[in-house]
Amino acid sequence: MPIAAHLPASAGVGFKPEHAAAILAAAQPVGFFEVHAENYMGAGGPPHAQLTALRERYALSVHGVGLSIGSTGPLDRAHLTRLRQLCDRYAPQSFSEHLAWSSHDGVYFNDLLPLPYTGQTLARVAEHVDEVQTALGRQMLLENPSTYLDFAESTIAEVDFLAEISRRTGCGLLLDINNVFVSATNHGTSALDYLDRFPLDRVFEIHLGGHDADTGDAGEPLLIDSHRVAVADEVWALYRQVIARTGALPTLIEWDNDVPDWPTLRAEAVAAQRILSGAACVAA
Amino acid sequence: MPATFETSFAKALLGAEAMLPPGIAAHTGAVPARRFAVYRNNVMASLGAALAQRYPVIERLVGGEFFAAMARQFVMQHPPRSPLLAQYGEEFADFIAAFEPARELPYLADIARLEAARTRAYHAEDATPLGADSFAALDAEALGDIRLQLHPSAAILRSPFPIVTIWAMNSGELELQPIETGQGEDALVVRPHLDVEIRALPPGGAAFLQSLAGGLPLRDAIGAALADHAGFDLTGSLAGLIGSGVVRAILPPAERTS
Repeated sequence: MPIAAHLPASAGVGFKPEHAAAILAAAQPVGFFEVHAENYMGAGGPPHAQLTALRERYALSVHGVGLSIGSTGPLDRAHLTRLRQLCDRYAPQSFSEHLAWSSHDGVYFNDLLPLPYTGQTLARVAEHVDEVQTALGRQMLLENPSTYLDFAESTIAEVDFLAEISRRTGCGLLLDINNVFVSATNHGTSALDYLDRFPLDRVFEIHLGGHDADTGDAGEPLLIDSHRVAVADEVWALYRQVIARTGALPTLIEWDNDVPDWPTLRAEAVAAQRILSGAACVAA
Repeated sequence: MPATFETSFAKALLGAEAMLPPGIAAHTGAVPARRFAVYRNNVMASLGAALAQRYPVIERLVGGEFFAAMARQFVMQHPPRSPLLAQYGEEFADFIAAFEPARELPYLADIARLEAARTRAYHAEDATPLGADSFAALDAEALGDIRLQLHPSAAILRSPFPIVTIWAMNSGELELQPIETGQGEDALVVRPHLDVEIRALPPGGAAFLQSLAGGLPLRDAIGAALADHAGFDLTGSLAGLIGSGVVRAILPPAERTS
């Protein structure tokens, strides 16, 4: 499996069209931008004009949100073809998707929905990842999800599930540290334990995003992966620990809702870059 | 195929009442109703937001609360069939036309058609429109026989309501002021370059453009426009054709196959 040129091991930002003018007006202290694949599947218009301009200046990560890799049903071949065309057109340094499902029986739910972790779902997800990597002719990265509930039928820990998918398919992993923190809180487990067991040697990108706090059915804390606020202090702390172990890795700031102005978002990327640069100095 | 968890989960997501799929759990041991509701809310809120993004003038006309309730009904009846949300809500105008609580705003469905056409134009194939020089070079004798290929982003809408004026006043293009809702307007939607333009067509203009879009030669399109409205202004409409960037190519009569 040919591995595409990697993203730079620096801080990147999820691209929002409202920032296009500000981003393109000057050189930005950002190593790459990431876009949601499904927003660039129209025939033409401003989305492609902006992405073309962005791609001329920066490395690019294409992040799918609609392939439904975790589905029990077959992958949407038409969608796979669209992804292939998008990757052919923009030659991104990375393509990633989620360990989740979003479509069932032809209906698209526009959310990253959870699946039980069993031998059966593992085999199915591995088949789907194989199919994606074959269709795109490249390695993909699979991202750990934020989840809000468990399944009684689950028999495999999520971290083992991801490690085994990566081992079987050769896919890389996208480690979303906010998702780790959100899920650990929501399931009463330890984020540190999860990260200790995570196959960090398979991680090619990190995501950092913001979450909101809610409460569950017994009054317990329930965190929501909202991507509408700044990265939480606890998540920054976990990130520092991971980077201390792995060295610098491409790190994306995700802020998709209630999008702030460009300087605010850029400041988050600069904060991540400071941690990455520190790790690089130590390693040197 | 043991698709049971997914089937029941999917059904509960769009169910009218708060039903819970079997087999879900939480570490507290409590019935995870609030936890499942996070997914339900995410689905409804994100699809409602996708509709609001495509239909901002509808949301402004009916208000956020009414729009959210209407969107919820629509999502349950017409959930997306594709992950391309820019295309979601093609049936929204027809849904609005039949939506009893929106009866008092009879023009609402046509405004939704206009907004749907606007986003289709936004994402349409790019093409450079013909400039005035291409028209100036035409042989006057053969003018009646030429056919025009319209721009891939072009759409023509006809309405018994002043949809362009209502749209413009509620999208920040025009200042809000009282209008007579009895006067119909036809709209041309086109994105010759990066910006989508929406303009009201003069009398007969919609029939003229629809005939051209249908492949009729200029002579027949003029005839159709005059039949539609005796006051059709040919000179003004030709100038409009050229000025609006709605023409992609001039097709010589010989290329016509049907």
